[in-house]
Amino acid sequence: MEDLVAEKHVKYILSVEKKKDDFESLVLEHLRMNGAYWGLTTLDLLHKLGAVDPDEVISWMMECYHQDCRGFGGNIGHDPHLLYTLSAVQVLALFDRLDVLDIEKVSDYVAGLQNGDGSFSGDIWGETDTRFSYCAICCLSILHRLDKIDVEKAVNYIVSCKNLDGGFGSIPGGESHAGQIFCCVGALAITGSLHHVDRDLLGWWLCERQCKDGGLNGRPEKLTDVCYSWWVLSSLIMIDRVHWIDKDKLTRFILNCQDRENGGISDRPDNAVDVFHTYFGVAGLSLMEYPGLKSLDPAYALPVDVVNRIFFGKQRAPSLLAS
Amino acid sequence: MHGRPRIALKPEDAATSAAKAAKLRDLQAQLLLHHHHRIYTSEALAVSSKLLEMNPEIYTAWNYRKLALQHNLNEVTDPEIVKSTVEDELRVVEMALRRNPKSYGAWYHRKWVLSRGLAPVDFEREFRLLDQLLKADARNFHGWTYRRFVAKLKNVSEEEEIKFTMDMINTNFSNYSAWHNRSVLLSQLLKQKAQGFDSKDGILTEEYEFVHQALFTDPSDQSGWFYHLWLLDQTASPDELFLISSWPVPGSDLVLSTNEKMDGYKLFPTSNFSLCYFFHKQTFPIILYFNQAVKGVSSSTVTINSMFGANENLIWKPLSTTTSREAHCWVTYLNIPDVNSSSLQACSVEISLGHSEGIVSSNGSCYKYPLQFKYTIKLNNNNLEQFDGESIQELFVWNYEDVCCPAEIPYINSFDQLKISEDSVAKGLKDKKWCLETLSNEINLFKELSEENCKFVNLTLARLLVAHDAMMSHGALLVRKSTHSEEVLKLYEELIKLDPTHKRYYEDERSLVLMSQVTLDEEFLMKHTWHFNKLTSSSFHNHACLQLSGLSLSRISFAERLLWVQMLDLSHNNLRSIAGLEALQLLVCLNLSNNQVSSFTALEPLKLLDSLRVLDVSFNEIGAHPIDTTRFLCLSPLSHTLDVKLSVDQYQNGDIKFGDHWEAILLFKDLRLTQLDVRGNAVANERFGILLTEMLPTLNWLNGEHVRL
Repeated sequence: MEDLVAEKHVKYILSVEKKKDDFESLVLEHLRMNGAYWGLTTLDLLHKLGAVDPDEVISWMMECYHQDCRGFGGNIGHDPHLLYTLSAVQVLALFDRLDVLDIEKVSDYVAGLQNGDGSFSGDIWGETDTRFSYCAICCLSILHRLDKIDVEKAVNYIVSCKNLDGGFGSIPGGESHAGQIFCCVGALAITGSLHHVDRDLLGWWLCERQCKDGGLNGRPEKLTDVCYSWWVLSSLIMIDRVHWIDKDKLTRFILNCQDRENGGISDRPDNAVDVFHTYFGVAGLSLMEYPGLKSLDPAYALPVDVVNRIFFGKQRAPSLLAS
Repeated sequence: MHGRPRIALKPEDAATSAAKAAKLRDLQAQLLLHHHHRIYTSEALAVSSKLLEMNPEIYTAWNYRKLALQHNLNEVTDPEIVKSTVEDELRVVEMALRRNPKSYGAWYHRKWVLSRGLAPVDFEREFRLLDQLLKADARNFHGWTYRRFVAKLKNVSEEEEIKFTMDMINTNFSNYSAWHNRSVLLSQLLKQKAQGFDSKDGILTEEYEFVHQALFTDPSDQSGWFYHLWLLDQTASPDELFLISSWPVPGSDLVLSTNEKMDGYKLFPTSNFSLCYFFHKQTFPIILYFNQAVKGVSSSTVTINSMFGANENLIWKPLSTTTSREAHCWVTYLNIPDVNSSSLQACSVEISLGHSEGIVSSNGSCYKYPLQFKYTIKLNNNNLEQFDGESIQELFVWNYEDVCCPAEIPYINSFDQLKISEDSVAKGLKDKKWCLETLSNEINLFKELSEENCKFVNLTLARLLVAHDAMMSHGALLVRKSTHSEEVLKLYEELIKLDPTHKRYYEDERSLVLMSQVTLDEEFLMKHTWHFNKLTSSSFHNHACLQLSGLSLSRISFAERLLWVQMLDLSHNNLRSIAGLEALQLLVCLNLSNNQVSSFTALEPLKLLDSLRVLDVSFNEIGAHPIDTTRFLCLSPLSHTLDVKLSVDQYQNGDIKFGDHWEAILLFKDLRLTQLDVRGNAVANERFGILLTEMLPTLNWLNGEHVRL
């Protein structure tokens, strides 16, 4: 079997950080906060988070912070949004630097996006999607402020997006999609509500995402893509059904998507690499216990040691847990 | 980047790309400037539309346009101006969708503009746009979501939309999105019992015929099979709630005995004094098991008349490892009164349920069959009986040679005696005539196809046969053996060969069938139930021990048939999960050695077993896996289902870090084990042993060695 070219991936990620001027980088400039999370988490999984200067990253991040509403934008000058607020909180958790935040105010921003039916809007413009339910719930849980929202309503909304195939859509009636399933199952996991999931039905749907080439697709009869290694695997792990796929085949598929010369991982073998797929490839390998990688928590999408520090560490915030 | 080949740019392409980059950078800078300075002139708006045409993903530009629209239409009343402003927005969205038909920002912008109701919606235009997009990509889920939005806005009937899914499916059977939409619309109409949809049977029959066309056209395409599974679920899943099992067995005659030396109580069936249950507390369980997970079992929905305390004081507990308050199995405990005389005092315990509504399943079914049963319990203070209290500390060894003998098993008759729902089952079967016929038809149909070695055919056939057997027995036990289990086991064997990628799925499914088979097979149970009655020195002698070792089981099921078991040997299987064991409230000794349990969190059901004393989990995989697949299926701070502050303070000392061992601490801290074996697991080492002895003050034996004198 081909090996993971870990050092090359580290080099690739560090180079992406610096490359800002070509067209491909510019197209993604508005979501650089997500990029920071993908890149830095990958480095941490590869035991190389020390290669970046946290202060430099944090001072850039704080420039993306909106003092007026207390949310984070995707880059300097861009509007605040839940997608980037979660990434910012996750990156700060990686560096163990959540103290730089005004936790009350950031969590007020997130909690303020909950709608009357329990759903969440991504920002003030009101787009509703179960992706945002996950962002809000994950973010508030990391900040120990889940009590600021109506968790029961949030859960009921997610359950209303459950489909007859056991999966979940973006809004009620929306088609099941592996990415959306991750968001819903993740939010249910964090709120202790996985009993709403039919684990055998969803588990079968998810394990049938594995195709002949070993890779996973995101919906029936679609092409395989490295990013589903994360969405599908993490969901299968949370519902304890990950043994229903063939890990060796999937590992081989991911390793075959590496750019062995210049580092990085692509969606499918021989395609152009990017930091998004590099993260999802390495994350998938971590979830399959590939040797030498840190393990990743399937719900919080952070390394297990980071999550354990948040919930079992000495400086735990005063308990605000549900009884 | 999706679908872009990994090739270095040619010099001329690099130049084009650099020029494009320069233009994009310029537009983006201008947009942000306009945005921050609130400049909403038509020139500024033109910049944003050029930018969005190049990159529809720049969400801030969509926000800017929303602000501009609000600003520019503020106090405008001329409908023509409003109309042309809306028109501009729709045009920008269409341009963006041409660049990226899956742009979240573009789709939402269109919804936002139309939802404002500024100008009449040109529905023809919306459906034309959708037709174009779904023609280009019939699986674009943004398009389907938008279609549902527009159909609702226009009040298009569900029947009409169902026709649309039919057209899409007829164009191409492999359209999962259309099948999905069909299932959504149809279940809505069936739920509303809309006109023409009031006969569920009739509609489902038509749907079976429709999906058969797809399945026969291309049996390897997944789309139709998922739809077929949904139809099967609609046909076979139980609507009615039944009580399918209980302990003690209705009608049984029991003797409850104690003496001064004994730390607890013994319970004997009057018919057979060589068998006994032992209770460590002054309480006595009553267990009810339903065919579906239910909530609402309480002293007002279940009445117990006995001299063991007032019904209204009884607290019913769902046996569930979650916080849901819903479970198949519920338990309450009766208090055993002090017995002073050695003469037998007979008391009857009467249970009735179904007299009031309130027991409800998760799909909304109510328990509605009035049911009454009783048993007799005689109390006895037997001071003459020899009982050596010290002997509890003996090491118990799972050794069937010499020390045990096959048991006569009055317990197994619990199946026969459980006639509690026979009448209602018979009635239920009559109502299920259509379902049974449909299942039989489907079975015959797929049997014809099974020669072709298509995995979906074989899997569907296996599921149909299981559903048919389940419906015949209706969860209760009218049928002694599930008639098709051998055939189903063979199908799973074939599937493992046919589709090795999903081998472990088929093994898990097979395990359910195996469990069903052995727990219904009286002969098998006779051969595998033992009494350690020669173990006179142990307090466990005369307990009923069921040996289910070496059967290749990978998961547990049909716990309702095992409520009587006090000692359970599941060693040498392939168990990863023990979910279901929480129902075995009488369990005292459990052997899980030589299985594939990979974490302490997977043992969560044990926390609900108050009477468990002896646990063997040796030679499993605990600690060998960095990824814990049951991390979110147990009560813990990670899922906000447990506060651990007290435990942290209690166990965080010296070189023990709570965070390193939280799984073990949260599992063992409330168990009252006297004997534990964790040898042969990666987690087991000397330091961990010290932690265990600290956590389990009741422990006498750890890993086969005496821990306390």
